[in-house]
Amino acid sequence: MLGEPRADRIVIVGASLAGLRAAETLRAEGFTGSLTLIGDETHPPYDRPPLSKQVLLGKVAADRTGLPQRRRLDADWRLGVRAGGLDPVGKRVLLDDGADVPFDRLLIATGTRARPWPHPDEAALDGVFTLRTSGDAAALAARLDAGPRRVLVIGAGFTGSEIASACRERGLEVTVAERGPAPLVGALGGTLGELAAKLQRAHGVDLRCGVTVTALEGDGRLTGAQFSDGTRIDADIAVIALGAVRNTEWLAESGLAAGPRGVTCDAGCRAFDMYGIVTDDIFAAGDVARFPHPLFEYQLLSLEHWGNAVAQAEVAAHNMVSPGPRRRPHLTVPAFWSSQFGLNIKSVGVPTFSDQVVIAQGSLKDARLVAVYGYRGRVTAAVSVNQARSLDYYRHLIETAAPFPPAPGAADQRESPVPVPSDVPDPKLLSHGPTVALTGHLPDRRLTVVQPAR
Amino acid sequence: MHIVVDLNRCQGYAQCAFLAPGVFTMHGEESLLYTPVVPEEQRERVRRAVAACPVQAILVGEEAGTGAR
Ligand SMILES: Cc1cc2nc3c(=O)[nH]c(=O)nc-3n(C[C@H](O)[C@H](O)[C@H](O)COP(=O)(O)OP(=O)(O)OC[C@H]3O[C@@H](n4cnc5c(N)ncnc54)[C@H](O)[C@@H]3O)c2cc1C
Ligand code: SF4
Repeated sequence: MLGEPRADRIVIVGASLAGLRAAETLRAEGFTGSLTLIGDETHPPYDRPPLSKQVLLGKVAADRTGLPQRRRLDADWRLGVRAGGLDPVGKRVLLDDGADVPFDRLLIATGTRARPWPHPDEAALDGVFTLRTSGDAAALAARLDAGPRRVLVIGAGFTGSEIASACRERGLEVTVAERGPAPLVGALGGTLGELAAKLQRAHGVDLRCGVTVTALEGDGRLTGAQFSDGTRIDADIAVIALGAVRNTEWLAESGLAAGPRGVTCDAGCRAFDMYGIVTDDIFAAGDVARFPHPLFEYQLLSLEHWGNAVAQAEVAAHNMVSPGPRRRPHLTVPAFWSSQFGLNIKSVGVPTFSDQVVIAQGSLKDARLVAVYGYRGRVTAAVSVNQARSLDYYRHLIETAAPFPPAPGAADQRESPVPVPSDVPDPKLLSHGPTVALTGHLPDRRLTVVQPAR
Repeated sequence: MHIVVDLNRCQGYAQCAFLAPGVFTMHGEESLLYTPVVPEEQRERVRRAVAACPVQAILVGEEAGTGAR
């Protein structure tokens, strides 16, 4: 068992970014055994970030975001079939088509899906969309091409804001509805949330914060929406951008610590079982994983970030083919980017793990800045707006737990050197789910009971 | 030829947009937009862009999962 586990059977469930990167790493590290990738989408792995950017802008077709594969994989791709269950004793993945696939080691990389609109009748109206898959993007892009009179975006997280941005760039009328006090506030806190609100309005978005959509109206086709403040609008398209749901239902009877917050794993990506005991043959990576991070007091993080899926998949794959002492921890500082309303927003660390924020470089007025976040006197995150080149420096401050507020650098021209409260709202108060969630310390599933799949 | 740009790593230096403007374009001051599936006639330019990127953010390969392998 602790020899060189390099020639047996590895199965990866979830054939997207994390699954592909893990497969590449397994082969790069000399794994010569059989490799199977199981994915319920019919497409080979494709990249999702362009779906809300290039694709909605009409610059790239939705089915043209396929990911590059950088080496020969000699893998058995089982695409278009869902894994419906896991037998951890018999070590088999049970497929919905009745087949089962035996494994020696398993990687769970089933990611997330779009959170649906809670009222199925309204969600079924023609003109109501979510955006997670290339099929979603194709359908939405086609409807944007047809020139709708007004698009309603429900939820002003990153995806919702990027959709609104793309619509405005196409000259379409857009209403954005967000229950929280501002766009992006759940990820970036109050100061940058306010900036995002100003920018959306300056770009002609009809932004409505502090309201919820109480009804989507229509008879077969969407015609409008009602808001909790008693107002209503006409709209022929609504995009539901309420965040993501982790694809863990297929694990409900597996005995793993799998639930709405993801599959809990250790720093080496090994999954925990429901009693908090770590397994040694089942690993998790990407959006579906929930893992401890030392920089954030070992709280279990659930991240929906491209960079995390890549880094964690590489660590998981390495550990799947390495004996104990050669295994590596997944300690990468979380990072993501977003582009919207002409701005490049990049983040390192966990901005929601903060009590204060300071504009360390640039200014809100020019919408070119670096905001640095601190928690109990140390730097925990930094966010740049059109100032990406400064970010590496702050990553270093995060990694070294440097004191907050950071000492001003020679080049810094501070608008206001005074830290202010970071005003990160309770995620329950927002329309959309957070793309970064700190989920406490308990690895077992007492807090996160999952319902079996219907 | 398919590409993906690691936009966490990309610093917006725009060398790629200069060398292969048919595939990479700057959107606003700092955001990079690109065409993931590279047209045949752009391949040579893209190879040059990959080599020129100061932070090696552009990753190249063949379409994943094709030919069943
Ligand atoms: C529109 C959009 C824009 C984004 N923009 C950004 C951005 O700008 N920056 C950023 O950092 N991140 C962004 N992201 C997030 C990024 O795309 C994700 O973090 C990344 O896709 C995670 O990869 P993954 O492989 O872990 O999961 P996923 O990409 O979710 O892949 C999981 C795969 O598993 C499949 N699957 C699920 N259940 C089963 C099952 N039971 N059996 C078989 N297969 C199954 C799914 O269908 C899917 O193909 C964006 C996401 C979206 C949707
Ligand atoms: S050359 Fe590299 S760093 Fe510069 S914009 Fe292109 S990908 Fe980004």
